[in-house]
Amino acid sequence: MELLANLSQGFAVALTWSTLILAISGCFAGTIIGSLPGLGPSNGVAILIPLAFSLSLDATEALVLMTSVYYGAMYGGRISSILLNIPGDEPALMTTLDGYPMARQGRAGDALVLSGVASFVGALLATIGLMILAPILARIAYLFGPAEYFALYMLAFCTLGGLSSRNQIKAGLAAIIGLAIAMIGLDNTTGLPRLTFGSLHLMDGVDFLVAIVGLFAVAEIFIYMESHGRESAIGVKLERITIPFREIGNSAVTMLRSTLIGFIAGVLPGAGASLGSFLAYMAEKSLSRDKETFGTGNPRGVAAPEAGNNAAAGGALVPMLTLGVPGSGTTAVLLALLVTLNITPGPLLFEERPEVVWGLVASLLIANFVLLIMNVPLVKLFVRILSVPPWILLPGITMVAFGGIYSLSGSSYDLVLMLLFGLFGYLCRKLDVPTVPIILGILLGNHMEDSLRRAMVISDGDWTYLFTSPISIVLWLAAIGGFVAPMFLRNLLRTPPRVED
Amino acid sequence: MKSRTKRLFSTLTVLAGISAGGAVMAAECIAPANPGGGWDFTCRTIGKIMYDIGAVSDPIQVTNMAGGGGGLAYSHVVNERNDDPELIVAASSATATRLAQNAYAGMTADQVSFLGAIGADPGVLVVAAGSPYQSLNDLLDAVKADPSSVTFAGGSAAGGFDHLKVLMALNEVGYNDVTKVKYIGVDGGADALTQTIGGFTQAMTGDISEVVGFLPTGDVRVLAVFTDERIPGFESIPTAREQGVDLVAVNWRGLYVPKGISSEAYDRWSTALAEVAASPEWAAAMQANGLAPFTRVGDDFQDYLAEVIADIETLSREIGVIQ
Repeated sequence: MELLANLSQGFAVALTWSTLILAISGCFAGTIIGSLPGLGPSNGVAILIPLAFSLSLDATEALVLMTSVYYGAMYGGRISSILLNIPGDEPALMTTLDGYPMARQGRAGDALVLSGVASFVGALLATIGLMILAPILARIAYLFGPAEYFALYMLAFCTLGGLSSRNQIKAGLAAIIGLAIAMIGLDNTTGLPRLTFGSLHLMDGVDFLVAIVGLFAVAEIFIYMESHGRESAIGVKLERITIPFREIGNSAVTMLRSTLIGFIAGVLPGAGASLGSFLAYMAEKSLSRDKETFGTGNPRGVAAPEAGNNAAAGGALVPMLTLGVPGSGTTAVLLALLVTLNITPGPLLFEERPEVVWGLVASLLIANFVLLIMNVPLVKLFVRILSVPPWILLPGITMVAFGGIYSLSGSSYDLVLMLLFGLFGYLCRKLDVPTVPIILGILLGNHMEDSLRRAMVISDGDWTYLFTSPISIVLWLAAIGGFVAPMFLRNLLRTPPRVED
Repeated sequence: MKSRTKRLFSTLTVLAGISAGGAVMAAECIAPANPGGGWDFTCRTIGKIMYDIGAVSDPIQVTNMAGGGGGLAYSHVVNERNDDPELIVAASSATATRLAQNAYAGMTADQVSFLGAIGADPGVLVVAAGSPYQSLNDLLDAVKADPSSVTFAGGSAAGGFDHLKVLMALNEVGYNDVTKVKYIGVDGGADALTQTIGGFTQAMTGDISEVVGFLPTGDVRVLAVFTDERIPGFESIPTAREQGVDLVAVNWRGLYVPKGISSEAYDRWSTALAEVAASPEWAAAMQANGLAPFTRVGDDFQDYLAEVIADIETLSREIGVIQ
């Protein structure tokens, strides 16, 4: 019953008027930030940190504001994924795959409500997991070394081929381009710059947001200009918005499975939300009997990545609070905030500063319900944005994106880079090369390479080191299964051509 | 329709307000990283204390200019703000390391004026509780005997300050084959500690602030701290010097100013910085953030820095980070 006592102590902190108002405004601001391409949770939180200082909030209040912005952004990211086919932030990437086709079929409202509920389930269960299991789960991080992380990323890459049902070679090519882009910047293992051509701007590598906004939003503008609006993706049919109870019911198991996968990915400091939503989507696709409908507007393809990435966001708080290890870009910013507020995250944080931890947990629970209300009954508000004609909407979105990208480094270099990505994205669209694997290559490539190189340093270049622990062996088997199985199963599962005579 | 357009525009206006930030003409402190990091802390804390104790007349505005590990801000100051007397920039050991390694696209340390350092995060070497190495010398001897038996993990990339600390310590005990020493750079000190507790690496090299949260759990043991004296509050941790390894390696926090400003302007800033160093507010901020006293201002600091940069350059050449 200690848990309940702790929790009631937390609610005592979280249910003051000022904290409650902070949580609600944080959720609102977060949803907006998340839904705007170019502004993701990590730069959204970073932009708002100075605000926390100037309002001179105390530790708990600042943490409540920032984490509600974080959760809000994770919810909000899906909105532009579904409505515009432009991911609002990197974890929302996978939601474009089925969310946008659903919107094209006039089911934008269904997709938004369903993904809102999935986000809620993922985030709520992850918060409960954080509450009950954090001190135990933290120890999982001690079991994952470079070899295990490499196997985990291999698992992700091996299933990547199955992402595009139309042309696997083009999907593979796109992933390789993404990997090549990921190589740009300072090489961690030797400390030497690679492919930077002496430019300081490229030393830190290419920011995901620059690539996402360029490949999706800017490319969309080019297509729109070229076709005078006819071929543009924007302009979705709208129908009456109802709550799709049947689909929510059908996806219940999907949500639970994806929450588990996402939460585990979040708890592992080297994985994070993007990997969580990717693995949740791929797992759902491979378990499903109607694989071919994924990518064409399958509701479960919307529920899976959203439950996955929100659960990962909650999971990522576990290593951040208990080890001080950030599991994602956003938690890295939150961690820096904690340290500035004179809170030292670590194994003893739960005992030493219970008011901070339990106040945070309680306000996360509150934020979740606020977000559910904001994102389900009020979803009409967001859908109505669609009735703005594309010739206003598109330039507007792009201007916001330019502002967001400029805020990353305050230099025009990223803007130029973003335009180049836009041109490249336009070419890809013309050549029918999918852009999602490019982003995944950029997102996962660095971590995968770093893990491999670290493993090789530790083992003096002995590659058998990669298969020495039970965890890595299991992950390798799953990776090989994920890569090979579709090749054989495809033939088995394909319905034989009907005999006509 | 009209109201929707208006809504869009109001969002844009808010956003423009956020990103435009400061048009006010007051003194400015550039933090060459995103909000929340060490450089950001330096700017915000020192700037606030300068104003609070009356060392400057107006509040100091903090600008974040992330990129190139501080290189973007450095080139901005050298090329565009070289004679701006109302500008200070946050710096640390990382700035010195990168300058020594020519990581700022050919720019050198003499293109700005270093003002001083007023606090430092002491370097430490840490092992897991169950590690066979009981003292700093146990660990260094093991590397000498068989460099492949020990992998060090640290929060900076290879060639970064965490890596160099290990090599400097080994140099002190007469081991010079620095390319044989195994080091992996992971994402931050806490991650390096996790890998060490997990047994994937044998020792963690970092700053004491990165270890503080783990000390009371008994999961780790700090073999040595690289300071002159034992640190107040951590008296049980022996210094490297006591163990016969004559190395002082700290991650200092300080400031630089543009090269082209007048000597009066330079003196004004160094006086202000010295006042901050002596203030009780700064003492409290240091304690809260795990910094140890380390005050070197003006010429004293520039001499210290020249020495550090020369050392790092030599070592970096040996491990091949620079040619």
